[in-house]
Amino acid sequence: MSALLTTHALTVSIAGQSVVQGLSMTVRAGERLVILGRNGVGKTTLLHTLAGLRAPDAGEVLLAGQGYAALGARAAARQRGLLTQHQGDAFAATVLDTVLIGRHPHLARWAWDDAAEVALAQEALAAVGLADLAGREIHTLSGGERQRVALATLLAQQPRVYLLDEPLAHLDLNHQVAVLDIISRRVRDEAAALVMVLHDVNLAARFSDQALLLYGAGEYELGECAAVLDAPRLSRLYGHPLRVLGEGETRWFVPELPE
Amino acid sequence: MVVTMAPARKRAFLVLALLAAAALASVWLALAVGSLALSPAEVWAVLWGEADGIAYEVVINLRLPRALAAFACGGLLALAGALMQVLLRNPLADPYVLGISGGAAVGALAAMLLGATAVLNIELAAFVGALAAMALVFGLARGDGSWTQTRLLLTGVIVAAGCGAAVALMLSLAPDHKLRGMLFWLMGDASQAGDPLAVLAVLALGLVLALFFARDLNVLTRGPLLAATLGVPVARVRGVLYLVASLLTAAAVTSVGSVGFVGLVVPHLVRLVLGNDQRVLLPAATLAGGALLTVADTLARTVIAPQQLPVGVLTALIGVPVFLFLLARAPRQG
Repeated sequence: MSALLTTHALTVSIAGQSVVQGLSMTVRAGERLVILGRNGVGKTTLLHTLAGLRAPDAGEVLLAGQGYAALGARAAARQRGLLTQHQGDAFAATVLDTVLIGRHPHLARWAWDDAAEVALAQEALAAVGLADLAGREIHTLSGGERQRVALATLLAQQPRVYLLDEPLAHLDLNHQVAVLDIISRRVRDEAAALVMVLHDVNLAARFSDQALLLYGAGEYELGECAAVLDAPRLSRLYGHPLRVLGEGETRWFVPELPE
Repeated sequence: MVVTMAPARKRAFLVLALLAAAALASVWLALAVGSLALSPAEVWAVLWGEADGIAYEVVINLRLPRALAAFACGGLLALAGALMQVLLRNPLADPYVLGISGGAAVGALAAMLLGATAVLNIELAAFVGALAAMALVFGLARGDGSWTQTRLLLTGVIVAAGCGAAVALMLSLAPDHKLRGMLFWLMGDASQAGDPLAVLAVLALGLVLALFFARDLNVLTRGPLLAATLGVPVARVRGVLYLVASLLTAAAVTSVGSVGFVGLVVPHLVRLVLGNDQRVLLPAATLAGGALLTVADTLARTVIAPQQLPVGVLTALIGVPVFLFLLARAPRQG
């Protein structure tokens, strides 16, 4: 399988604090990687570096073998998409118009979004269960609905590498599972790649193949989920004792609670 | 519910055609109305060179240049305002927010105080003042990132305040016979506008440039981070368009003075009615702003003729109630 996202000896830091040092990893077509770590450890910074929005201190990030500088912003936008933590909307817009924004890198400068683009946007809205809200004003939606609109915008962008920053924020339990399921199917069906930042260890274990654990101060561990997700490592990662219930496919991590 | 959308482009062209017709009608009105009243047919005859000396003189040499200058400046201010609102991501921004009109006012008033009477000299001084304010604001707030956005705005506000103080100082020092001219300049006055072709050319060029980046701007309204992930060269688009908006403002203010209200409220009004697609909003605001200023200027020279009013007073008198009505009717702007 082809490598869609590769890093070579990547070193990233923010405000003098090291996030990763010398990270070399590969995410191939159809693979999903989860980034886990405590608040403020630099997960978003790393994800933005992978998205080419931030220059690394050293090393390089390659999209299907090509660096961001060689690709250019527009070509890169057709290859990778990022779901950001915060969506800004200073101006009024309908849900459908918001999702159509995702088609921007695919349209020529003077082209208008035609019926085919609108159909794609509506399909993306249907995928996140918001087909009925296409005509609504974005201001009138709840936080969770807006998060799903942002996801639909990303689906409409149709990148090959999906980068998700806390995709489950503001979502109900049923939508948390549904969103990860949609993305997982998209990754499998279209031979795409997925890198996401999650806070739920159990959903991470179910919906990813590899895990990157960020311990802080540039220290990290990368490996198959089955290998690196265990009680000692996760307890160290979160600075709180965790216990494992069950085995193999049905393992559950639960935090120890004070008596 | 299934959303049935008329193709966006078809609707856009329809709206723009209607606004273009309104703009044409406004210019027609400006040509017909005045101490020498003409019927639409008579205006037509004059334009085709089939009329006698006086009507020709009045329409072609007096009313037409003034109407065209008013139209161009209204368009310039509305376009610059629409751009500033998106660039600063603030629906309440206007073309004057970065202190450009303040600089122009200082230049123009200083020239008047020093005895300049020729329109060209005053315009030159106003343009130099506008450029100086631009250089000051952009020089002090160079760079990119969200904090420089705030810095740009703050620098602009402070420079504008400084210019305001300088203007007040010059007004208090000015001899009485110059005060009226200075006040009219400050409120905006199309009677002293120079050659309309220059401003019309600036308007056309500015609109084409703005439309070139229209879809990029649509993406930018969702925030710079998302725009960057969608392949918009954020720093470059912003840099170019700040410069364009500032130059458009400088051209308008140089020609008719700091007419208020048009640059703030016309884009806002058009957005309330048509939504926030910049590909429609930018040309629509340009046409609406031009038509508004042309009508306002026609009223300014006819309501209490032969006395003339400063056009800026009328733009506010017309626009404020219309705007308040629309705002009360359509509570969709959050």
